[in-house]
Amino acid sequence: MSAQHHAKPAPVGGPLFNGVTLIAGILIAIMAVILLVRFFYGLGSVTAMNDGYPWGIWIVVDVMIGSAFACGGFSVAMLVYIFNKGEYHPLVRPALLASLFGYTLAGIGVVFDLGRWWNVWNMYWPWSVNLNSVMFEVAICITLYIVVMWIEFSPVVMEKYGLYELKKKIGKYMFFIIALGTLLPMMHQSSLGTMWVVLGTQVHPLWQTPMVPLLFLLTAVIMGYAVVLFESCVASSAYRRSIEMNLLTPMAKVMLGIVAAYIVVRLADLLVRGAFGLAFEMTLESVMFWFEMACFVAPFFVIGTEAQRRNPARLFIGGILLMLGGSLLRLNGFLIGYETGGGYQYFPSLPELMVTVGMFATEVLGYIVITRRFPVLPREA
Amino acid sequence: MSASIFDIAQGDLAAVEQRLRMPRREFLQFCTTVAATLGLPAGAEAAVAKAVESAKRPSVIWLHFQECTGCSESLLRAEHPTLEKLIFDVISLDYHETLMAAAGHQAEKARKDAMAQHKGKYILVVEGAIPTKQNGIYCKIGGHTAVDLVKECAADAAAVIAIGSCASWGGMPSTDPNPTGASSVAEVLGKPVATIPGCPPNPYNFLATAVHFLTFGKLPATDKLGRPLFAYGRLIHENCERRAHFDAGRFAMAFGDEGHRKGYCLYKLGCKGPETYANCPTLGFGDAGEGNWPVGCGHPCIGCTEKGVGFAKPIHSMAKMLNVAPPLQYPRIAEEIGKGSNFASAAALAAIAGAAAGGAVMLAKNLGLSHQAAELEKAKEAKTKAEA
Repeated sequence: MSAQHHAKPAPVGGPLFNGVTLIAGILIAIMAVILLVRFFYGLGSVTAMNDGYPWGIWIVVDVMIGSAFACGGFSVAMLVYIFNKGEYHPLVRPALLASLFGYTLAGIGVVFDLGRWWNVWNMYWPWSVNLNSVMFEVAICITLYIVVMWIEFSPVVMEKYGLYELKKKIGKYMFFIIALGTLLPMMHQSSLGTMWVVLGTQVHPLWQTPMVPLLFLLTAVIMGYAVVLFESCVASSAYRRSIEMNLLTPMAKVMLGIVAAYIVVRLADLLVRGAFGLAFEMTLESVMFWFEMACFVAPFFVIGTEAQRRNPARLFIGGILLMLGGSLLRLNGFLIGYETGGGYQYFPSLPELMVTVGMFATEVLGYIVITRRFPVLPREA
Repeated sequence: MSASIFDIAQGDLAAVEQRLRMPRREFLQFCTTVAATLGLPAGAEAAVAKAVESAKRPSVIWLHFQECTGCSESLLRAEHPTLEKLIFDVISLDYHETLMAAAGHQAEKARKDAMAQHKGKYILVVEGAIPTKQNGIYCKIGGHTAVDLVKECAADAAAVIAIGSCASWGGMPSTDPNPTGASSVAEVLGKPVATIPGCPPNPYNFLATAVHFLTFGKLPATDKLGRPLFAYGRLIHENCERRAHFDAGRFAMAFGDEGHRKGYCLYKLGCKGPETYANCPTLGFGDAGEGNWPVGCGHPCIGCTEKGVGFAKPIHSMAKMLNVAPPLQYPRIAEEIGKGSNFASAAALAAIAGAAAGGAVMLAKNLGLSHQAAELEKAKEAKTKAEA
């Protein structure tokens, strides 16, 4: 922990029942009904998935993109604990909370998508595991990370209920948990990309590259910071609090550095593999590629200068652009640039969309309830 | 064994050509077919040819008890050219009630003579079950009961072959309540014998077993029920031509329905193929080509080669699966390939994107305004500070 003095986190307080929570609740109820149908009558009863597209937005958006959005906790923790930038400490808890929800829901979201979900226990049954499987690596890593994050977050709950003794005891081992909490997401965020390597020629050459684990790791970190920017701006607007600009402005600079590195790696990879030419053909894939690249390049014009980074509106837009860029990278590789031949096509069905919407509503509702009742956000001066 | 039929010199087979009155080419074809049916290694056809060629034809005594003579009939009706000739020329059929010209005491004498002359060398073939109740009085030939006859003839036989389901395990006559106490040859003799069950069995299974004995001096390897493994080693279900329909879940549900007319699997009509060991699907009946067997003709297998199945289970009751159980669900034949977007989902996606974009714009605007206000205030503060 850093020796610097920060404002202690405290519950925001206020009512739990308002317009936003009501809408979130309704969306969650719709999701619950759809999932009930899905679990009794199978995937085909609610989704538009087929043999050519064995995964849809439940995996790509809820799990792949959802877990990348949830990298805020890991990205900030890396900054604070690995690079010893203690001044960012007040950002850890809110970022961790968002990650906690993102990952836990991603983990649950995987089960929605499993055709034979009742066999899921095999994943953790030592006699059933396949150690050579990328899927297994991802599954076990995400599960471990969810557990690790709950332990990381447990002091918040202990503070709320006055379990200071226990918190002290756990605090002694927290360094190990935090170290594990930065290692695990690095492992599985890169492994999520490895799946493209495994899928081979089914993925469009603009995205199918042996470098994809690195691309996924870099974008996961970028999206983590972007989400912190986004989340800080939204929380301050919603709760009418002042924004931690003194932290966000320098953090945005760190983020841009990683974005620059990402763009270099991305373009170098395309050039070396000779796939860059495909970006200039008139196809849906090339259009989506440029859209994706634009999202990574545009932030340099939006928050490129120090003065621009002091403007929360610009930080907010920059954050959204990078979240969109990272999301498009995943969406493009896993669905838009993914072709299994045989005339297969996929567009999410309405119930499928509503489940994804419900997942995000769950995240919003959970965030509101916990920040209002538990000590997560720094106490307002 | 290394010598093949191509090593047999032209003149070598002149005698057999003469005796069987069949061209050399046809004779060698027959020997090769028999060797292949038995699953013998390459080169065995030469040994078969050599054995058949030699004039030392084994004596065969063929007994009939509780039966319909269907086994003999199927043997005679085999339309493979010269097969009947081979049956009666390859072996020396010394006693066969249906086929022999002799009658009465003359017939009895033929049996006694053959037994005395070929003592310990002849083959005993039994067709039909043997009644055992009330000292076996339900079946008598020449004043002797079937029990006595089979015991007498088996005593000095080199090999005993039970042909047909009745002789093999009791067959139809032994169906409950079995008033005559119909029993198999093995049960009466109290020792295992080679069995060729089936109602009737494929003649080639019998022929191949007999030629194996002729060639190697012993009967082929059998399972524990005495059935030669080359013919009864696999379930009908395993090699059935309709198996793909079973695996895909395409079943005939009633005689004459669409599935039945399309040749779908007969499992749900009570086909006993999944619990019956026989080579029916791989060795067609009557030399009329493949598909010429009960299942091929659209009738479920009744399990005639299997004790406890044939004539015991109702024909249309479902078979017990001995290896694979049918799945509860089946994959579709043609998978859906997806319909693309529809109005509702596209509109919902657009609405979500629109709401998100609108919210983001509003939020950014507010943040920008408050930033502007803060900057103004800061400037004002700096101004007042400077003024002060």
